[in-house]
Amino acid sequence: MSHASISMRQDKAAKQSLGRDPRMMVLRLRTLIALFILVVIFAFTAPAFLTTGNIIILVKQVALNAILGIGMTFVILTGGIDLSVGSIVGLAGMIAGGLITEGLILPMFGVSIFFNIPLVIAFTLIVGMVVGLLNGLIITKLNVTPFIATLGMLYMARSAALLRSNGATFPNLVGSDLLGNTGFPAIGAGTLMGLPWAIWIMVVFIFIASFVAARTPFGRQVYAVGGNERAAELSGVRVNRVKILAYMISGFCAAVVGLIITSQLVAAHPATGNSYELNAIAVVVLGGASLSGGRGSILGTIIGAFVIGVLNNGMVLIGLSEFVQTGITGFVIVAAVVLDQSQQRLQRQLALQQATAQVLDTQQGKEVA
Amino acid sequence: MSAQAPISPDEILLQAKQVTKVYPGTVALKNVDFNIYRGKVNVLIGENGAGKTTLMKILAGVEQASSGQLLMDGKEIHVSSPRDANRHGIGIIYQELNLYPNLSVSENIFMSHELTRFGTIREKDQYAIARDLMRRLEQDIDPNTIVGDLRIGQQQIIEIAKALAQNVRILIMDEPTSALSNIEVEVLFRIIRELKTQDVAIVYISHKLDELLQIGDYFTVLRDGALVAETHAGAINLNWIVEKMVGRRADSLFKHSEHKIEQEILQVNDLTLPRVGGGYVVDHVSFSLRAGEVVGIYGLMGAGRTELLESLMGLNSEARGAIILNGRNIAGLDIKSRIALGLSLVPEDRQLRGLIQKLSVSHNITLASLSRYLRMLALSSRLERASVRYEIDELRIKVANPDDLISSLSGGNQQKVVVGKSLLTNPKVLMLDEPTRGIDVAAKGEIFEIINQLALNGLGVLFVSSELKEVMAMADRVLVMWKGCITAELQKHEISQEAIAAASVGTQTSPETNTTQEAIR
Repeated sequence: MSHASISMRQDKAAKQSLGRDPRMMVLRLRTLIALFILVVIFAFTAPAFLTTGNIIILVKQVALNAILGIGMTFVILTGGIDLSVGSIVGLAGMIAGGLITEGLILPMFGVSIFFNIPLVIAFTLIVGMVVGLLNGLIITKLNVTPFIATLGMLYMARSAALLRSNGATFPNLVGSDLLGNTGFPAIGAGTLMGLPWAIWIMVVFIFIASFVAARTPFGRQVYAVGGNERAAELSGVRVNRVKILAYMISGFCAAVVGLIITSQLVAAHPATGNSYELNAIAVVVLGGASLSGGRGSILGTIIGAFVIGVLNNGMVLIGLSEFVQTGITGFVIVAAVVLDQSQQRLQRQLALQQATAQVLDTQQGKEVA
Repeated sequence: MSAQAPISPDEILLQAKQVTKVYPGTVALKNVDFNIYRGKVNVLIGENGAGKTTLMKILAGVEQASSGQLLMDGKEIHVSSPRDANRHGIGIIYQELNLYPNLSVSENIFMSHELTRFGTIREKDQYAIARDLMRRLEQDIDPNTIVGDLRIGQQQIIEIAKALAQNVRILIMDEPTSALSNIEVEVLFRIIRELKTQDVAIVYISHKLDELLQIGDYFTVLRDGALVAETHAGAINLNWIVEKMVGRRADSLFKHSEHKIEQEILQVNDLTLPRVGGGYVVDHVSFSLRAGEVVGIYGLMGAGRTELLESLMGLNSEARGAIILNGRNIAGLDIKSRIALGLSLVPEDRQLRGLIQKLSVSHNITLASLSRYLRMLALSSRLERASVRYEIDELRIKVANPDDLISSLSGGNQQKVVVGKSLLTNPKVLMLDEPTRGIDVAAKGEIFEIINQLALNGLGVLFVSSELKEVMAMADRVLVMWKGCITAELQKHEISQEAIAAASVGTQTSPETNTTQEAIR
C-alpha cells in the first residue's frame, strides 16, 4: 500500500472526533441505556409499574433525590463533597415546623412573632444557605478538606435540629387562621395540572440549574475550579467565591427538600433526612460526575436520580425483599463507576492512538518528501 | 539522521534502541539510541523538553516506550515497572526528591527493601548500614533523624544513599547536584569515581555544563526528542556541547524585528518574596518595562524567575513591593483585578497552571475573559465562538473542532491556547514563563513570531527562558537573575553569551553592569 493512501486514511481518522466512536457513544449514554432497560424490565415483570398512579408516585420520590442531587452536582463539580445535606433537610424541617408552631420567640420581650407561610419558607431557605455558607467558609478560609468540614456539619446541623425541639416532633403543621400561617401542607399535597408540586419544583430546578451550569460564567467557573483549581486561579477565577456559592446552592436545595418532606408529612421530625447525603452523592455519581471534580452535568444527575428511583420502585413492586434491594442498589452504583472508568480509559486510548497516528503520519510525510 | 556511535573499547552494559515515546498531544522521543557503558559516567545532555527525563523514566520502568527495545548485556529486557528495573540492577535518583519526610533516614533508605527476619524489620541492621552509608557520604547525620528535619541538600544526599543501599549496576542521576553545596558536590563526585571502579555505570543528567565536563566519560545529546550526537570525553569541549544542544537550526527560527519602544508601562520597585526558613526567593528586585519592548529574563533553575512573575501576577500573597502598571500600583490586588488592569501570565507549567484538561479547547480559551461574552445573564455562544475562531486563526492553532478536549492537542498547540486565553483579556503587559518548554521546534518558532507581533502591536512582553539562544535572539533587553537578585541588566548591544552566562552564576564580567555588585555578597 502506498504512503499516500495510508496517510489519507489516518488523516480521516484523526479528523474524526473521539465522540463519534460507536463504543464511546454506548459508554457515554450508558446511564440512559440502563434506565431504559430497567423501565422495560419492570414494565414486563410488574403490571402496576406503568400505571399513571405509580409513575406519579415514582417521580414524586425521584424529585427529592433529584433536587438534592442538583445541589450536590455543583459541589462535586468543584471537586468537593457535601455530607451535610441530609442534616440540613432535617434542620430545615424543624425550622419551618418551629416557626409555624411556636413562631419566632423573643424572650427579652416575652413575645413570639408568627410569620405567614411565604416568610416561613424564605426564612427556612436562608437557614439552608447559611449552613452552606458556613461549609464554604470552613473549607476555603480555614482550609479544612470538604469531607471533614461537611462531616462535622452533618453532626452540628443534626444537633441543631434536635435541639430545636429537644428531640420532639412538631406535629400537625396546618397553622391557624388566627395567626395567618395556614397553607403549609399545600407544598406537599397540592397539585398543578394533576401533578404534585414537588414534581413542578424539580422541573423548575432542572431548568434553572442546567442554565446556570452550562450558560453562565459561574457555571463555567465551577467546571474550571473542579478541573484545575490552580489554572482557574491564574485565569482570574475567584476560586473561593465559586466554592462557597456551590455549597450555598447545595444548602439551599437541601432546605427545599426539607420543606417538601415536612409539608408532605404535615409534621417536622428532627431525624428527617438521615443519610440522604448518600443518596444525593449516589445519583450524582450515577450521572457520570467525577468525584475529583470538573466533570458531570445536571441532566446526568437527573437521569441518575431516575435510575435509583425506578430501581427502588420497581423492586418493591415485584416484591423483592428490602435486604436484596439495598444490595442491588449498591451494586448498580459500583457498576456505574466501573463503566465510567472504562469510558475514561477508552477515551485516553483513542486519544493516544490518534496522536500516534498523527506522528507516524508526519514522519512518513517527511520520508516521502 | 542519528549520529554514528564512536568505536570504543568500553563495553556497553545497557543499550536503548530506537526508543519512541508518544504522549497524547506530543512526541517526547523519536527513535532514540542510547548506550550506557560499564564503569563509565554516561552524560545525557539536552535542553528542557529534549526528552532526557522521559528516556530515564523508560529505563527506570516508570514509563513504557511506545516502541523500541532495551538490551542488557546484549539480551533484550522488559522493564515494565520500577520493581523490574530494580531486578535488573537499575537505580535512579530523581530530580524531585522522592522521600518520605515523615519517616527517618534509615526508614527512607530501606523503603520497600526492608531487611527482615520472619517478617519483622531488622531495625538495628538497617541502622548500621545507614550509618555506614552516611559515613561514606561524609555526612554527620544520625539515621534516626526524621528526613523532613534535614536541609534540602542533605535530603538529596539521602536520595543518593537510597540508591547506593541497593546493589545497582546502573545508577541514573537526574540533576543530582541542583541543591548541593560545592563541598557536597565534591563528595558526590568522589562517590561516583568509587562506583566506577566497582564497574557501576552512571547515567548523569545536569544543566551545569562545567560539571559534566569534569565528570563525564561519554556524552549523548538529545534535542527535541531526537538523538543528535554521541561521543566520548576526549573529543569535546564546552562549545561543542552548547552547539549540539541548541542546534544551528534554532538560529534561523528567531527573527528579531525592530520594535518601536514607547513609554514605560510597568515598573517594579523593591519586590521581595521571603523564602520559607529565611532569606528571599525574590530579593529586592526592581526593573521597568516599556510598551513595545520584549524583555527576556534569564537564569538557572531556582534563580527565582518563576516566583518573580508569579509575584507580579498576584499568586504569592507574601510578596512585598510596588508594582506600577500604567501608573497604578497594583500590589495587593487580587489576580482578577490585575488581569482586568492589563496584566497576564502564561505560566511555566502548562498542565498545572495553564490548562483545564477536562474542558474543551474553546472553554479553555475563553476562561479568563468570560465577562466579555455576557449578555443579560447568559454567555453568548455566538460571541464566544467568534473570539475562539479569531484566536485559532490568529495564532494558527491546529484543532479539528474547538469543542474537542484540550488534551487532544499537541504541546505546541496547547501552549498557543494558553497564549490565546491571555490575549483575550486584552493585556497591556504579557508575561510568559518558559513559553517554549516541551514543544517542538516549529512551534517554538511560531510562539516567538507571536511574541514579536505582540510587541509590534504595542504590548510590553516579559519572558523567562532557560535557553540562551532564545533570550539572545528575542529580547530587546535581558535581565539575568541569580539567587533571587537581578545580577545583570543588558541592553541589546551588550547582550552576549558570556555576559549572560557569567551573571547567571553570580560572577561579574562586564564593568558596565555595576548595579548588582552589592547583590553578590
